[in-house]
Amino acid sequence: MSLFETLLDPFQYQFFIKGLVAALLAGGLCGLIGVFITLRGMSYIGHGLSHAIFGGYAAAPLLGIPIVLGAGLWGLASALAINAVTRRHRIGADAAIGVVTTASFALGVALLTKFGNKGPAFDSLLFGSINGVSIGDLLLLGGVFLGTVTIFTVLYRQLLFSTFDPEVAKVSGVNVGLMDTILMVVLSMSILATLSIIGVTLVAATLVIPPVVARMLTDSFGRMLWIATALGTAAGAVGMYLSYQLEIPSGTTIVLVNAAVFLVVLLAKGAKGLGRTAGLDDHTDASATGLVTAAAPSRV
Amino acid sequence: MSLPSISATTPLVDVSHVTFGYGHHPVLLDVSYAVMPGQFTGIVGPSGSGKTTLLKLLLGTEKAQRGTVSRAAGVSMSYVPQLETVNWNFPVTVQDCVLMSRPARRPFPRASKAERADVADVLERLGIADLAQRHIRELSGGQQQRMFLARALVRRPQMLLLDEPTSGVDVQTRHEVLHLLDDLNRDGIAIVLTTHDLNGMAAHLPHLLALRQRVIASGPPSEVIVPSVVEEVFGARMEILQHLGIPVVVDTMDDTTVKPAAS
Repeated sequence: MSLFETLLDPFQYQFFIKGLVAALLAGGLCGLIGVFITLRGMSYIGHGLSHAIFGGYAAAPLLGIPIVLGAGLWGLASALAINAVTRRHRIGADAAIGVVTTASFALGVALLTKFGNKGPAFDSLLFGSINGVSIGDLLLLGGVFLGTVTIFTVLYRQLLFSTFDPEVAKVSGVNVGLMDTILMVVLSMSILATLSIIGVTLVAATLVIPPVVARMLTDSFGRMLWIATALGTAAGAVGMYLSYQLEIPSGTTIVLVNAAVFLVVLLAKGAKGLGRTAGLDDHTDASATGLVTAAAPSRV
Repeated sequence: MSLPSISATTPLVDVSHVTFGYGHHPVLLDVSYAVMPGQFTGIVGPSGSGKTTLLKLLLGTEKAQRGTVSRAAGVSMSYVPQLETVNWNFPVTVQDCVLMSRPARRPFPRASKAERADVADVLERLGIADLAQRHIRELSGGQQQRMFLARALVRRPQMLLLDEPTSGVDVQTRHEVLHLLDDLNRDGIAIVLTTHDLNGMAAHLPHLLALRQRVIASGPPSEVIVPSVVEEVFGARMEILQHLGIPVVVDTMDDTTVKPAAS
């Protein structure tokens, strides 16, 4: 087989084409929603949520509920519970998230080990898989993607305001609680739809890396949304292709491609680019104050 | 900028015998205070005296546990928080930031021509029109304060509430902010701000409310910045002098003065 043939080889298989489309959509979707997630300092919630949903994946077939429905409801319940905990702003929210989501993950592992596997394969749930992407999976992914884009377009200003300055947004008539809930719902639906492609343990990286890279490249929120989506899509496609060629789980290759892009941009942009990402993961606290003093000369 | 449609004798917000606390810790006890149209009030007191809580009750983000807070029908208010409450590294420009507080009337992100013109007007008025396309991190402290004011004013409020607007800014910025607020007040906007700065801020305002859990005194600076009130509110003895008709508080600290080390 010539090199050319080797390169094009995967495209003759239906399963690869479906996997590729799924990876494109999954990468783009995670990149897009990741912009809000990282700017709100919620990366850890994304990570926790994917673990929580895993429990639902394992439990649903045992209860005789369709996996997507079971895991979806499970994820939604965890997301809203996490949202309620974080909104109370009590110390220990992180710990509460850690307990709830890892317990759910542990339950999933226990159920799968004890009762065997009736849904997707164990390791493909953990690390993502190119195999077994069904038309139903693609429709779910496409639907969630379309829904997310629509919500972000229609509620753009409210979502942005409640992310940047929730206190003033609330006073200005934005229903901040509703915006938080909507984002949590979108996030859990996205994780649910992308889980079997990217995997429980790796979803967080696809939520975080494209937005962070986008932030290094631009100071504009609108452009950040575009760049993160495009980067996520591209990394999804390249990662999926490498997954086939190297026979490595697709989540792994997608994350490695993302990480490589991050490194390249970091080297190209240097400290200046990285400086822009400061405060990405702490929404409203001391480090922002530090920036104010650093950025504020004493004269007008 | 805004035309108060409410009669000049009806309070914009009326706080009546309000008690509020976090857990078992009381912050405000039996506080009554009415914000009248066109009024310019400074709520003074040390940290923990309940200033910010009173502001939040006026705004409606906190609810009174006892007593009532009533608002005039259709009253519009804007809030200017302390500068350090937001992440200044957030990826938005000055224009984006001001635009955020205009309620979206169209189901897509792009601002309409009218909206952009509105934002440009407010920025022009606050003297930062040339900064519209700058990233917010590039602003100085005074410019950040102006941007927050622009964001508040683009909503055309009848009432403007500010939390410590001059804490952490230099003297010149403090003067500029005071002048700006005075101008806005002359246009008919009622202003309520909190401050712990008696000399730099409170003494220059037309009306003060001295707060320490309860309202200790209320009236013009000449009646509020007096030894008995200041001592009760701040819990320290202070001497008060008069300079050009404005009270000046001097912290005497007789017994704690640091002496030069013997050489």
